[in-house]
Amino acid sequence: MVRFILSKLLYLVPTFLGITIIAFGFVRILPGDPVLLMAGERGVSPERHAELSAQLGFDKPFIMQYFDFLGRLLQGDFGNSLVTKKPVLTEFLALFPATVELGLCAIIIATLIGVPVGVLAAIKRGSWFDQLSMTTALVGFSMPIFWWGLLLIIFFSGFLGWTPVSGRISLMYFFPQVTGFMLIDSLLSGQDGAFISAVSHLILPSVVLATIPLAVIARQTRSAMLEVMGEDYVRTARAKGMPSRRVIGVHALRNAMIPVVTTIGLQIGVLMAGAILTETIFSWPGIGKWMIDSISRRDYPVVQSGLLLIAGMVMVVNLLVDLTYGLINPRIRAS
Amino acid sequence: MSNSAQMSTAAIRRQMLAEFWFYFRQNRGAVVGLFVFILLVLTAIFAPVLAPHSPATQYRDALLLPPFWQEGGRAEFLLGTDAVGRDMLSRLIYGAQYSLFIGIVVVSIALFGGIFIGLVAGFFRGWVDAVIMRVMDIILAFPSLLLALVLVAVLGPGLTNAMIAIAIVYQPHFARLTRAAVMSEMKREYVTAARVAGAGNMRLMFKTILPNCLAPLIVQATLSFSSAVLDSAALGFLGMGAQPPAPEWGTMLAEAREFILRAWWVVTFPGLAILTSVLAINMMGDGLRDALDPKLKRS
Repeated sequence: MVRFILSKLLYLVPTFLGITIIAFGFVRILPGDPVLLMAGERGVSPERHAELSAQLGFDKPFIMQYFDFLGRLLQGDFGNSLVTKKPVLTEFLALFPATVELGLCAIIIATLIGVPVGVLAAIKRGSWFDQLSMTTALVGFSMPIFWWGLLLIIFFSGFLGWTPVSGRISLMYFFPQVTGFMLIDSLLSGQDGAFISAVSHLILPSVVLATIPLAVIARQTRSAMLEVMGEDYVRTARAKGMPSRRVIGVHALRNAMIPVVTTIGLQIGVLMAGAILTETIFSWPGIGKWMIDSISRRDYPVVQSGLLLIAGMVMVVNLLVDLTYGLINPRIRAS
Repeated sequence: MSNSAQMSTAAIRRQMLAEFWFYFRQNRGAVVGLFVFILLVLTAIFAPVLAPHSPATQYRDALLLPPFWQEGGRAEFLLGTDAVGRDMLSRLIYGAQYSLFIGIVVVSIALFGGIFIGLVAGFFRGWVDAVIMRVMDIILAFPSLLLALVLVAVLGPGLTNAMIAIAIVYQPHFARLTRAAVMSEMKREYVTAARVAGAGNMRLMFKTILPNCLAPLIVQATLSFSSAVLDSAALGFLGMGAQPPAPEWGTMLAEAREFILRAWWVVTFPGLAILTSVLAINMMGDGLRDALDPKLKRS
């Protein structure tokens, strides 16, 4: 197992270096002088320009600049935002819990609904339930989620008036952010109604973000179950008179879950892309909205480091998925 | 001799096509999807004939009119008008041109680029393969929409750049598929036979091996077509794709956002158009996969 983990880690090194090259190259490819770009519309005098270039290392050869960049990254220095002047890492860490909270809720909704629907559809293959759920899954999979979010706002917020349109909690409540997770912090605050307010703000965005993963998980569970149910050991279990519930619950489901767990893990990339759209629609103060705002404000250090941090995060989660896969399926480790 | 051989090739091809259609037809959804897709293509081609108004004309006396069946609606604007008095139906009809154009361009760039890269990697193996596949891994490490957004930020917002960005992001999928298919085909005897007969690398790559790797690529191309429509609409919605006043569906949605609570039609119809076309293409893709993949035929 240790060898398996080490080989996976070793495999990550070139990919990670590649990501840093892309993130580094991104600001350099941009047309124009980076110092002028950072100075903005105010402009900068030639002397100050030379001074800033030397200070920021832009007068050195590209390759040296890259190694400087890499060195700073390894020390945890991701640069400062041009707009707020704060360190990018500080901003990222402050907004990160909001995205994680949203993403976790979405993946929980998607798994809790997707897996049972997929299993039922496989057991009742060809029935009206199978057809209806798989058609719905295909619709969900094809859904432009930015439109879906707007429709839900029109119906639940505009027409029924049940849920708020944007934000993480009503402005009436104010309490210290202990964990950064609004659901936990609102409970810790002990204020009446704060938790309910947090839930009502979270529900629509998580449903929207869960839509595509839910469809993918339901389809994947169904096909994995169908495959496993045709295996010899399932037939043997049935032949020796084991109750159907036990055959499906113990023998089939446990083996069918192996590819499903991978699918759930791999949804992290889908979730990050979805978070960009969902957070924009619901003005959710997370990483996705932060990236969009930074791109439109041309805050390049944020875009550069944000890209790096998000890609790094996706990479680490994919590694964890790979390791889990190796853990639950010994055959992978051996190969 | 050669004549009869040619005839039999044609007959085999006809038989393969008939077999394909037999399996494709089994999936009712796929046939519906194909039908809707053909309708979409016809709408795009005959947009100037079908659309009752120009997509850019602003009727200043008809701002935010509801669809004709609602109170205040007018028969000349069947699906109502937008905030500057443009006919929604005409804009939706012209929008089909954008979606199809985007799908075709993105898939063509990603497909040809991906096939070439995958063929080279799978055929030559060794360090060429290692370098190419690491680069593909790097591209895949970024969430696709985010990478496309950043690429557009570098290249500048607009439809052409959005299409290039999406194509770059999709390319690794095609490269990986081609490489895997090429590697499994390389072991076959017909490839060895062709090599022994003196076929050069180019001939082996493009004439001997490639035609036998096409099935998974066709399925992937269909699925990428629908993703391209979806992602370009998302970029348009975020202000990074086609720019106003283009009647692109995602851009139309972005313009409609501020009216969501008072004019449902400006939001509902463009989204419905995106959903319908993406759904139709995905249904078609499912049918294609069933018909082209012999392993799935039995399950």
